Amino acid sequence: MDFAGYDPAGGRPGRGIVSAKIVVAGGFGVGKTTLVGAISEITPLTTEALMTAAGVGIDDPSKVPGKETTTVAMDFGRITMAQDLILYLFGTPGQTRFWFMWDEIIRGAVGAAVLVDTRRITDAFAPLDYFENRNLPYVVALNKFDGAPQYEAEEVREALAISPQVPLVLTDARQRDSVKQVLVTVVEHAMLRLQSEHGRGFPTPVG
Amino acid sequence: MDQRRADPRGALVRPYAVTRGRTEPRQDIALEAVLTASLTQVAESRFAGHDKHRIATVCEGRAQSLAEIAAYTRMPLGVARVLVADMVAESLLTLHTAAPAEGFEERMELLGRVLSGLRRL
Ligand SMILES: Nc1nc2c(ncn2[C@@H]2O[C@H](COP(=O)(O)OP(=O)(O)OP(=O)(O)O)[C@@H](O)[C@H]2O)c(=O)[nH]1
Ligand SMILES: [Mg+2]
Repeated sequence: MDFAGYDPAGGRPGRGIVSAKIVVAGGFGVGKTTLVGAISEITPLTTEALMTAAGVGIDDPSKVPGKETTTVAMDFGRITMAQDLILYLFGTPGQTRFWFMWDEIIRGAVGAAVLVDTRRITDAFAPLDYFENRNLPYVVALNKFDGAPQYEAEEVREALAISPQVPLVLTDARQRDSVKQVLVTVVEHAMLRLQSEHGRGFPTPVG
Repeated sequence: MDQRRADPRGALVRPYAVTRGRTEPRQDIALEAVLTASLTQVAESRFAGHDKHRIATVCEGRAQSLAEIAAYTRMPLGVARVLVADMVAESLLTLHTAAPAEGFEERMELLGRVLSGLRRL
């Protein structure tokens, strides 16, 4: 494969390949990895970050000798859209106590999809709170598990106090087309947000 | 303890040994920022040590993000970030831009490209 603006002979400053990322967030076991895997061109990969057990975000155990360290795993997938454009999908760690990792994951993202398991709706409060207090465009995706109660989208919106501006979609995280639709909704929403902020003379904050 | 020292790349044990204890990257690199290595860079990386050579090899012929580099080399993210930042400074890797954070036009153009990329899937 060759790269646009890629110079096989030398190591000059890179131009050419741009990457973007979309975050897939949500509580424990809501289907984040399944969603990423349904559309990624690679089997979702896992990368680990080290933190002190206190979760203060120190990625360096040597600074706190003798203290326990924990690893926080996050998984991600990739969609190569063009020779010079790659989209990454990052799942957040299921445990919301690792907020430090979430901050790192959402930095610079296009937007996020917050997955909700309709059998455990209240698990979504913490992740939704998190995004309400960030400047990142997000949509809510209801992942329909078999045998889950059949709520109307609007019932869920009300139960979770999701603001009317936030798009809410139904999905099956195992189905590629359904996942694609979720991601399309995220990007469209991000574009609308950007446009309206621009129209009002705002800068263009990200993350 | 001695056994740990014997294998600096041992999982989770003294992970920063491979960076000689440095934990701050020379330059912050986003998780999704992509890197490439030319054949020349891969060849030169041989002289930069085993870990850097592994990283260059991962990026040969296919752009890889920092996150992918960490996953494929099984290095903790913080360790991979320090080494990758060094390699960029040493011209052993080429860093490409992550999504431009500023500029309405640039941002919209990127989002537009991502949107049509998704629709084409
Ligand atoms: N029926 C059904 N099962 C699903 C769906 N999405 C995920 N699952 C199943 O639910 C389980 C959990 O899914 P994961 O994708 O691992 O969830 P996760 O959010 O990554 O979980 P953590 O990373 O542990 O927080 C798996 O057994 C999936 O096969 C869905 O849309 N429908
Ligand atoms: Mg998972």
